[in-house]
Amino acid sequence: MKIVIVDENPARAAILEEGLREAGFQDVERLGEMHNLLKRIYAIDPDVILIDLENPSRDVLEQMFQVSRAVRRPVAMFVDQSDAASIEASVDAGVSAYIVDGLKKERIKSILDLCVSRFNAFSRLQDELARAKSDLEDRKAVDRAKGILMTSKKLTEEQAYAALRSAAMREKKKIAEVARAIITAAELLK
Amino acid sequence: MTGARKLRIGFMPLVDAAALIVAVDKGFAKAEGLEIELVREASWSNIRDKLAIGHFDAAHLLTPMTIASTLGLGHVKVPFVAPVSLATNGNAITLSPALFEELGQIAGQELENPAISAQALGALVRRREAQGLEPLTFGMTFPFSTHNYQLRYWMAEGGIDPDRDLRLVVLPPPFMTESLREGHVDGFCVGAPWSSVAVDAGLGVILHFGCEIFPRAPEKVLALRASSVETDPQLALALVRAIAAAAEFVEDAGARGEVASILAKEERLAVDAKLITRTLEGRMIVNAAGDQRQATDYLVIRRDGGCRPNVRHAAWLYAQMLRWGQARYSLDHLSAAQGVMRHDLYDAVVGEASWSPEPIGAFAGPAFEGGDLPSYLRAFPIGEKI
Repeated sequence: MKIVIVDENPARAAILEEGLREAGFQDVERLGEMHNLLKRIYAIDPDVILIDLENPSRDVLEQMFQVSRAVRRPVAMFVDQSDAASIEASVDAGVSAYIVDGLKKERIKSILDLCVSRFNAFSRLQDELARAKSDLEDRKAVDRAKGILMTSKKLTEEQAYAALRSAAMREKKKIAEVARAIITAAELLK
Repeated sequence: MTGARKLRIGFMPLVDAAALIVAVDKGFAKAEGLEIELVREASWSNIRDKLAIGHFDAAHLLTPMTIASTLGLGHVKVPFVAPVSLATNGNAITLSPALFEELGQIAGQELENPAISAQALGALVRRREAQGLEPLTFGMTFPFSTHNYQLRYWMAEGGIDPDRDLRLVVLPPPFMTESLREGHVDGFCVGAPWSSVAVDAGLGVILHFGCEIFPRAPEKVLALRASSVETDPQLALALVRAIAAAAEFVEDAGARGEVASILAKEERLAVDAKLITRTLEGRMIVNAAGDQRQATDYLVIRRDGGCRPNVRHAAWLYAQMLRWGQARYSLDHLSAAQGVMRHDLYDAVVGEASWSPEPIGAFAGPAFEGGDLPSYLRAFPIGEKI
């Protein structure tokens, strides 16, 4: 079975490809460049096309439903109307599958389930990354604010941190927010 | 009403979503007790699927797509209804400057008349075929769209069979300008503001306004699941009231600046407000030299009964689907298509029932009389017959 992954996010596409290979699907190709998409898909002639839902090119794939002379094989979106939960899961995860008509439903179902879990794993990973990044930025802001307090008010590091913390508690804000306010104020007063 | 009703509504970043966006951002929805979260989407397919499975309560949708989903054409059958129209017209056919030039030379005159430009295009297509050149490629936004039907109708009047003599490809609007630059397409039909984006980049020339092909093309509706309107008609009525009031505001020439700045925002269309103002005024810059052309009906939101869903429009759209082989003919399908247009819901709260709107019309070809689709389709030399 030939599978094409259409995704402009190379990291996510790689994670999905890896999952498919582990599950025994060896014939997987990734398309990350959207120009002339349909032409390239026809050249590959896949049985299954997987596409992320943030991709505007999803509408390009819909053209394959048309009974026209330009289309060689009839294609359908994978939707099993008896299984609303799996459609919802795939929309929630942000992925959609198009299949050549006539493929066994059970085989596609396992591919779609795999997509859903890999897409979800990917977005969890991204959330964690984003959180780690903002934690790091918070820490940097607190360090800078401490430095400002230490030089301008002649405080030790512990005293500077204690001042930040008590201001945060008083104003019901995060320490990082107070730190950013101090940095902004210091820049204005320069 | 007790407490605000929370809704999620999907939209595509286009000027013809103006009535919906203004209804939310200018407080018309709130006045009806609706708290609406607008969700910008990347594709029509996403909007359709999210509406179908209930992630959206309503959506800004292509009128022909609303019918296609109801009939189950090319996709899962999920009946939708339209209690209010969001827009009439608003598209333009834009060509690469090279193709525009070439057509002008063939025609030996101005191309403003679509009958003349279609003939020139037909001559060019035959010449390219004789020379063994690649067929021309045109982009449009979705198979079930007025963009597709506008291009096909115009081309066929020039003796072109759009399925055989050239290539028609779906292109997401944000990719249109880039595709012209790269030479992947020679022209396209798209909603505002995307033709203006190509013109401003010096990569496109607007050849025709959509309203020059069809004077009153049914463009977008607010679509809801038929089942949800059955169980909660009051919600549909509240939406109609909010949108009709917002549409009135959008049509007010004095409010244009405000409407343009509401639409221009980052989380809405995220384009220059000037492009939006041009569209609302129907005063379009058509080429890199800055030449302007004006059509008061370039985009119609509220005027002339524009918001009222029209059963005849559904029949006409179904006829276009038949002509281009997208649907098979049946009277059941015809009446299901017409049933999408819930003017009864609209009339219940707006009250324009006596209004008889102008027909859709076309620059050439037979008049559309409504019921008799077989003889309408037989009158075209090109296209499927039933």
